[in-house]
Amino acid sequence: MTGKLNLDPALVAQARELAKRAAAPVVKLARTHTTVSVERAVLRLAGLDGADEDGMPWVNRLADAVRESTGLEHGVALPVWDAMLTGGYPDLRTLAVDAAAGLVKFRQPAGHEGNAARDTAARSVKKGMTRIDAQRAERDRMLAATSDPPMPWIYLIVATGDIYEDIPQAQAAAREGADIIAVIRSTGQSLLDYVPEGATREGYAGTYATQENFRLMRAALDDTSRELGRYIRLTNYASGLCMPEIASLAGLERLDMMLNDCMYGIIFRDINPVRTFIDQRFSRQVHARAGIVINTGEDNYLTTADAVDAAHTVVVSQLLNEYFGREAGLADGQLGLGHAFEINPEVPDSFMLELAHAQLIRELFPDAPLKYMPPTKHMTGNVFAGYLLDAFFNLCGVMTDQSILLIGMMTEGIHTPFLSDRDLALENVRYVRRAAGQLGQEFRPEPDGLVARRARQVLGESVDLLRKIGSQGLLNAIAAGTFGVTKRPPDGGRGLDGVVERADGYFNPAADQLETTPLEAKQ
Amino acid sequence: MSLTGIVRPYGDTTGDGRVQLSFTLPVPFGDEAERARAEGAALQLAAKMGLDPAMVVHAKGMGPDFTFFIVYGRVSHLVDLSAVTVAEREFPVLPAAEVNLRIRSALGRKLVVVGACIGTDAHTVGIDAILNVKGHAGEKGLEYYREIRVVNMGSQVGVADLVARAAAEHADAVLVSQVVTQRDAHLSNTREMSAAFHAAFGLQRPVLVVGGPRFDPSAAQDLGVDKIFGRGTTPSEVASYLVHALTPDAAQRGAA
Repeated sequence: MTGKLNLDPALVAQARELAKRAAAPVVKLARTHTTVSVERAVLRLAGLDGADEDGMPWVNRLADAVRESTGLEHGVALPVWDAMLTGGYPDLRTLAVDAAAGLVKFRQPAGHEGNAARDTAARSVKKGMTRIDAQRAERDRMLAATSDPPMPWIYLIVATGDIYEDIPQAQAAAREGADIIAVIRSTGQSLLDYVPEGATREGYAGTYATQENFRLMRAALDDTSRELGRYIRLTNYASGLCMPEIASLAGLERLDMMLNDCMYGIIFRDINPVRTFIDQRFSRQVHARAGIVINTGEDNYLTTADAVDAAHTVVVSQLLNEYFGREAGLADGQLGLGHAFEINPEVPDSFMLELAHAQLIRELFPDAPLKYMPPTKHMTGNVFAGYLLDAFFNLCGVMTDQSILLIGMMTEGIHTPFLSDRDLALENVRYVRRAAGQLGQEFRPEPDGLVARRARQVLGESVDLLRKIGSQGLLNAIAAGTFGVTKRPPDGGRGLDGVVERADGYFNPAADQLETTPLEAKQ
Repeated sequence: MSLTGIVRPYGDTTGDGRVQLSFTLPVPFGDEAERARAEGAALQLAAKMGLDPAMVVHAKGMGPDFTFFIVYGRVSHLVDLSAVTVAEREFPVLPAAEVNLRIRSALGRKLVVVGACIGTDAHTVGIDAILNVKGHAGEKGLEYYREIRVVNMGSQVGVADLVARAAAEHADAVLVSQVVTQRDAHLSNTREMSAAFHAAFGLQRPVLVVGGPRFDPSAAQDLGVDKIFGRGTTPSEVASYLVHALTPDAAQRGAA
């Protein structure tokens, strides 16, 4: 598939090197800091779940109690498992209840008490890791017992707000041809500094991501996968203030793909940049371990910025996401880099420009399961015109060998999709695949035609921007509004108060075990 | 064709009353008997909606429990144009240069607009279409107007944060967008927002403008805001409204 655009390999290598230079200082930041959500993820991996009568999870209660009493700069694990041992607690839940009531005095254990706490903590967290490993093996077993659908995978969204409505809709979508079901989250969730508990039936424009909702949907899709003889993947969002915890729950409950972008929360949710980069590294380590494919969010830049003017910012962000992802242990096959079909249809040659952008990204990231997003910005209330635009999007997707096609809805921006909207959307993509599925193999843009020239221009602009970011620093570039036309300073945004610099002797058994992720994930 | 008379939908002949309709019924579309029953059900609904005659031109089962229909039919209803009520626009739409001129002569400083999506709505397309330089429908957004200073707070902004920012920026106007909402959250969010501004500023509050496809433009008073914009609003309409609302009696103030 590669080599249709005559890209200069030296320039491509230079782009990667520049991305590394821009991103490396941020990785250092992530290695020297922790966050409240990273620490709560440790407790979740050790099996602490449930919530108090106000719905506040016990992981929050316990982590808050530790933070108040001894701080989090040494990590939550040592004080918690020291209290377990010295207090003779049977389980974390009982400790959390007492801690929330102010009955536990936490301390930093030293010497042989420290070693005892360290060993017990590592053993407890290991149980979570073992479950994640077992779920990864179970996915392989299910894939073998059913089948792995050919690419492009058809990605469909359900978003009723009620998990018990989502389930039959997801199953119906799978029967109609969806390979991947994404349960859109309630839009407020990214700003919650806790993960809600239990099966939920009330959400706004989406359904809350909870461990129980994950479990219910995965079980239902397992039934449907067996019924269809085709493995249906499940997607959710590891983003927002609880990114590390949600990543952990996804690994524990065998989700298959997770939205997980290096900058999305910063730009679009005004979450503090430092918090985001720390949370992101941990969550990607979990995803690497769990065999979860991440989906990045570059498509979003094109919803605020112009899709032609800002095309290079997509490539730059993809190169950053690739660096951060590989550094955290993700294999190229787990990097679902995102982009979108968002050029104004009034622009002359808009389809050719879309082809240029999509083919460029395909050639830059040959082994990545690219995720291609349908038009949203230029979808109007004219559902008939929208249906046509979605067909062109599908055509561009198959011609440029995109891996994951998010299926566009003709009623985009009007309402959450009707059952019939989804059915019509699937009919659209099935037609395009049937009619033009092999077209990519015969599609050869003129070596110096509009498509190839445009692709090379975007690559050149990307290298220029990466050079600029490298010289000013990534955090400063974000503060200057480089991405998504939104300025986000490193000391602004939500969640900064949850960032803690690691002290000497910081201990995080989950991070330790994730740094030694099995080799096959790193290939 | 009369603009005050009686009209009917137009298919391909004046007065033919032909319309199209699509919907889903929770009925199976499996064997022949089920199919006949499903089409009968669709025709019954069409008849109750006033389509007579009606024709099911497309029926398709969606999974075991649902059927999608496309129906064409003739409605007998008459549209009385003289009985149509529209909210007349109480202000003229002005070119950008005129907007800038009026602000400069009436205020003698830049007009300050603070915009945000409030509540859980993360869809900034609406507010961005109005505020960003990029604009919408071929028109540049408010950032493009030399005499307007724009503070775009983005999505999921808390009402308290919006009020505080409006005060800090000495906002003349606050623009709030609500695009995708469920269970009428756009209405409760707007009421919460307007109540907070009334409480914090009293009569000195900024002009409150909300926009989004789900709002009824005539409900401004009910929601405690000054103006509601619906689907398809362009930046110049908003800019012209702001000039209308904030500078109309500038001449009087100047004379006093």
